[in-house]
Amino acid sequence: MKSLGSIRRDFAPWNDPNAKPYIQFENVTKRFGDFTAVNNLSLTIFEREFFALLGASGCGKSTLLRMLAGFEEPTAGRILLDGQDLRGIPPYRRPVNMMFQSYALFPHMTVENNIAFGLKQDGMARPDIERRVGEMLKLVKLEQFAKRKPHQLSGGQRQRVALARSVAKRPKVLLLDEPLGALDKKLREETQFELMDLQQELGLTFVVVTHDQEEAMTMADRIAIMDKGEVMQVATPAEVYEAPGSRFVAGFVGNVNMFEGKVARGAAGAASIDAGNGITIRTENAGDAAAGATVAFAIRPEKIKVSSKKPADAVNAIEGEVYDIAYLGDMTVYHIKLDDGHVVRASAMNAARVTEDPLTWNDRAWVSFRPDAGVVLTR
Amino acid sequence: MSNAVTAVSASPATNDGKTVPARLVEAFVGRLVIIIPYLWLLFFFLVPFIIVFKISLSQTAIAMPPYTPVLDFRDGISGFFAGFGELNFDNYAWLTQDALYFNAYVSSVIIAGISTVLTLLVGYPIAYGMARAPASIRPTLLMLVILPFWTSFLIRVYAWIGILKPEGLLNQLLLSTGIISQPLIILNTYTAIFIGIVYSYLPFMVLPLYSALEKMDHSLIEAAKDLGCPPASAFWKITFPLSLPGVIAGCLLVFIPAVGEFVIPDLLGGSQTLMIGKTLWNEFFANRDWPVSSAVAVILLLLLIVPIMLFQRAQARAQEQDK
Repeated sequence: MKSLGSIRRDFAPWNDPNAKPYIQFENVTKRFGDFTAVNNLSLTIFEREFFALLGASGCGKSTLLRMLAGFEEPTAGRILLDGQDLRGIPPYRRPVNMMFQSYALFPHMTVENNIAFGLKQDGMARPDIERRVGEMLKLVKLEQFAKRKPHQLSGGQRQRVALARSVAKRPKVLLLDEPLGALDKKLREETQFELMDLQQELGLTFVVVTHDQEEAMTMADRIAIMDKGEVMQVATPAEVYEAPGSRFVAGFVGNVNMFEGKVARGAAGAASIDAGNGITIRTENAGDAAAGATVAFAIRPEKIKVSSKKPADAVNAIEGEVYDIAYLGDMTVYHIKLDDGHVVRASAMNAARVTEDPLTWNDRAWVSFRPDAGVVLTR
Repeated sequence: MSNAVTAVSASPATNDGKTVPARLVEAFVGRLVIIIPYLWLLFFFLVPFIIVFKISLSQTAIAMPPYTPVLDFRDGISGFFAGFGELNFDNYAWLTQDALYFNAYVSSVIIAGISTVLTLLVGYPIAYGMARAPASIRPTLLMLVILPFWTSFLIRVYAWIGILKPEGLLNQLLLSTGIISQPLIILNTYTAIFIGIVYSYLPFMVLPLYSALEKMDHSLIEAAKDLGCPPASAFWKITFPLSLPGVIAGCLLVFIPAVGEFVIPDLLGGSQTLMIGKTLWNEFFANRDWPVSSAVAVILLLLLIVPIMLFQRAQARAQEQDK
């Protein structure tokens, strides 16, 4: 039997041209009065995928989820689930379940009855309901709390009841609206892994809405980054981080340094970018950027090395001054003010307890990076 | 008081940094605030009730005031206490001998009960609509519910005579539109009493219902639908049970005063309808039998203590749940 990890590793239906899409948004638009929440959006999600919709508040991600659940109907376009057009199907007839941000636990019912609620609606036989509720309670480790009311539980326990209730009916798709938003940081991190295991175990398709990029990166197979009702990029966490498709995505996910400049093409993907003030950046990841075009060169802080002397073999090395240092324990973040006034953020893992070459405020310093460390963004 | 005293005696400089006199003043003011409503209840509820209870134990007399003994200090303190010997429960015994009183009590409870159910049926949709209305117009709707209070209760009940009488507005409208050919006889019937009570007490039903429905999280309904529950069923499984504290409060707020209602049965119900409030009024003003009418009032109060206590418990429980 394959381990859960290897299933996850080999899972990439989006790269398979023959894979059957499970959820399809086709040119979906949703307007509330004058406000366009979702603008002509198309998106494909595959079966058993853990899919994250990531964006700032008001970007339309929750509206997308609510349209899938049936609480809102698209103004234009259509949504297909397993080939079936969902238009006109009320929420109580859709084979999807949602875990609400507020959990929406029924306050007058016990944990048990909350979980059994959906099963009773389906007219499931009593012994079957009891068995399923027992399974669910075991799954979320709340067996002793079956007879409690929601207000007698902690935040984390409520979250697990909400989760158990929403998966009890074995929906085709589970929608999670900011599922971990109300938990504290430590609990949130633990729960992220629990959710991933649960998704693998049940073999369900998860669509999660979140504004927390770390959460999306940790849990999701693929992330859709949304802004102003549109999808900016859909890709795996690693792709989103290492190969962002646009300046917006690069800036939205993680920290990034950007240099705007004109392209001079080199051989096969290589190029140099004239960022002005005598700074020329040589890169191997120029993609299809046209010569002479104005582009952004984006590089992540951890890919920049900071040193007090100019590294002898560095292709890209720029001189500046240490402007700020933030010591975070596991790593140190440097803000280096280049001689043209540009501030570069660089981070270094503190692998050794004592650094032999300690940099301090106002020291002259060099930032250097390899030619394959950054990407060129044309959009 | 014990808390304040121990705190003071333990250490003059108390742990919250306040001086001892400041704390004493604070404790005193805190107690004073509680004392005021208790004094109010003592003087304006308990004392009058004791007087009424005393009168109910007296005998009717052609005198001023029309009962005996009159407990006063004209013959000194001993005269005051001498009167105690003449008090007895004869009036209460009398109430059991004449079926009129028993029938009036039963009739009042039934009329109040039916009226309460009718008020709930009318008030629930109103409160539900208000709670679901856009937040911007809710204060206006709330205002409209309270608006009738700006006019005298008595005048509003009189206005209903003009609407309900055989040649009144309602009959004119129905006759002119051809819906009926004979005027409806509504005034001076139980129907008129029901209409009057439902109309007059509607705000007392709507307000607690509204407050219960308004604080309900709408995502609960969405969650119910999401789990396969059609809207009508979601109402009975989620909305209604969660509004029960409001339903109980509203029903008791209508039922309790409706049992003893006098103005509505008197003005709209005519002479043929029987309610305890009217009986009491007749005993007091028509028969000038203060002791018997006081006994009627005391029994009425005892009758209402049960629903009043239920109301208190429901309120306490609702507050507990809000925490």
